[in-house]
Amino acid sequence: MNRLKSWVTYLQVAPLALVFLLFLIVPIATIVVVSFFDYNTTQIIPTFVLQNYEELLLSPVTWRTYLQTIQFALITWALTLVIGFTVAYFVAFHVRSPTIQTVLFLLCTIPFWTSNVIRMISWIPFLGRHGLANTTLMNLGLIDQPLEFLLYSEFSVVLAYVHLYALFMVVPIFNSMMRIDRSLLEAARDAGATGWQTLVNVIVPLCKPGIAIGSIFVVTIVMGDFVTVRMMSGGLSASVGLMMANAMSLLQYPAAAANAVVLLLLVLFIVAAMMRLVDIRKEL
Amino acid sequence: MQHGKRGPAFWLLGAFFCLFVLFLYGPTLTILILSFQGPSGGLTFPMNGVSLHWFRNLFEKQMVGDFAGSLQRSMILGVAVMLVTVVASFSAGLAFRSRFRGSGIVFYLAIASLIVPSILISLGIGLLYRVLGWDPAWYSSAFGAHLTWTLPFGLLIMFAVFNRFDRRYEEASRDLGATSWQTLRHVVIPILLPSLIGVGLFGFTLSYDEFARSLYTAGTFNTLPLEIYGMTTNVTTPVLYALGTVTTGVSFIVIALSLLSVTWLRRRRARHGSDAGKAA
Repeated sequence: MNRLKSWVTYLQVAPLALVFLLFLIVPIATIVVVSFFDYNTTQIIPTFVLQNYEELLLSPVTWRTYLQTIQFALITWALTLVIGFTVAYFVAFHVRSPTIQTVLFLLCTIPFWTSNVIRMISWIPFLGRHGLANTTLMNLGLIDQPLEFLLYSEFSVVLAYVHLYALFMVVPIFNSMMRIDRSLLEAARDAGATGWQTLVNVIVPLCKPGIAIGSIFVVTIVMGDFVTVRMMSGGLSASVGLMMANAMSLLQYPAAAANAVVLLLLVLFIVAAMMRLVDIRKEL
Repeated sequence: MQHGKRGPAFWLLGAFFCLFVLFLYGPTLTILILSFQGPSGGLTFPMNGVSLHWFRNLFEKQMVGDFAGSLQRSMILGVAVMLVTVVASFSAGLAFRSRFRGSGIVFYLAIASLIVPSILISLGIGLLYRVLGWDPAWYSSAFGAHLTWTLPFGLLIMFAVFNRFDRRYEEASRDLGATSWQTLRHVVIPILLPSLIGVGLFGFTLSYDEFARSLYTAGTFNTLPLEIYGMTTNVTTPVLYALGTVTTGVSFIVIALSLLSVTWLRRRRARHGSDAGKAA
């Protein structure tokens, strides 16, 4: 009986495990293997060379691009954290009716289920040279010519990141907040804590798991991004993802693969550091 | 802070929340309005009249690439990914209720699948197909690539769901002589149906909107996000916004249907109590 039961268990988990094996493990292994291959203008040559890594790590462009990507990730992380925490805090602690809480929460999450590419495009009428922002500012007499930095700049890239990924902070932090025992807050107040002291000494520490999960999402997505930088910077900014995409379009697959391995190691290192703060399995 | 009159903190935070919602939805509403731009109108305000010109333009194949074809492919792919995500996550969720050898590995694979940047999955699958000499296609390689994104969400949701699931329903069913299959079919699935619809919503919309994971895996025929992306580089008319409006419209219909059916199930349950076991 027990034997049969364990067979059933394995059968139940098999489809999921198979997908991860075929479309996660094997492809990542392929990247690692190909990163040691040689190549010329027409084909990949299966051999073992370290040249791809040498070229990558000795190029100042690589270092600049990685720094730029990390900078995007840090700025986006800080902004989404502050915004996400504030929004979640309002819904979790200042809205009293559970129904309205659910409605407001859904209102924040619905954009997550719509297209990112479209959401980026939708900034064009706002930020363009003749967009809403510039026309409004000019009509108010605050500026006399259009601000050029609004669209196709680092500013618009960060704006799009925050717009797209703030939800990844709101949801886990809100989840952490809803699990906080409300009597703890009363105890804090009875002990004479002000609202601010309760926030800093009770709520923030108890939200750490949510903050960590949100941070992991935001940082890993921005680190691997390519389409946002491409679309929102108009080709003016670089990112690691974009660098790989460029190598791919030049058919330099092993070069792209080496870059992918370096990026993967960096991301795993960052995530491992953040995971020390939280046991994800306990959070479900 | 739970009692009494609203303080200034409430109004400040409330205003912040409203601004955030405006920030989330404002741009999408703008392109919704601009997609009804008159035939001579441009990419920004003012509106030069109101028309359906750009929507008609959208469905003329020569004008803007293959919108109808890519929409169809994305729909089929989205439904397929949805079905597999629901079945595989639910089934894995059942398995994870008991400890089994390798459960830790599968769990960390799911987490890894979430945190490995999408472009690496895309690149890896693309390279794999190239090395093997296979042609990537939206129904094979892109299908697998999308599953690596939807399945972890499905699995994590199932974990949360089963953690809150009362096993006594199953025990009662078994005590009444139901087989495991009958228990699953008439007790577990009906109780968990709203959550399964939620998993389906994730499966469909994440696949329907996925860009990075389709990039090197879709092959010759584009899925919708790839098609839209291609158009952003060479289309400079409001047809782009019409495309955005239609795509977002599809997403909203799917979200609304899911939310409505979940609400309907909850209401029905509240009225009748659980109908588990009443089904034929």
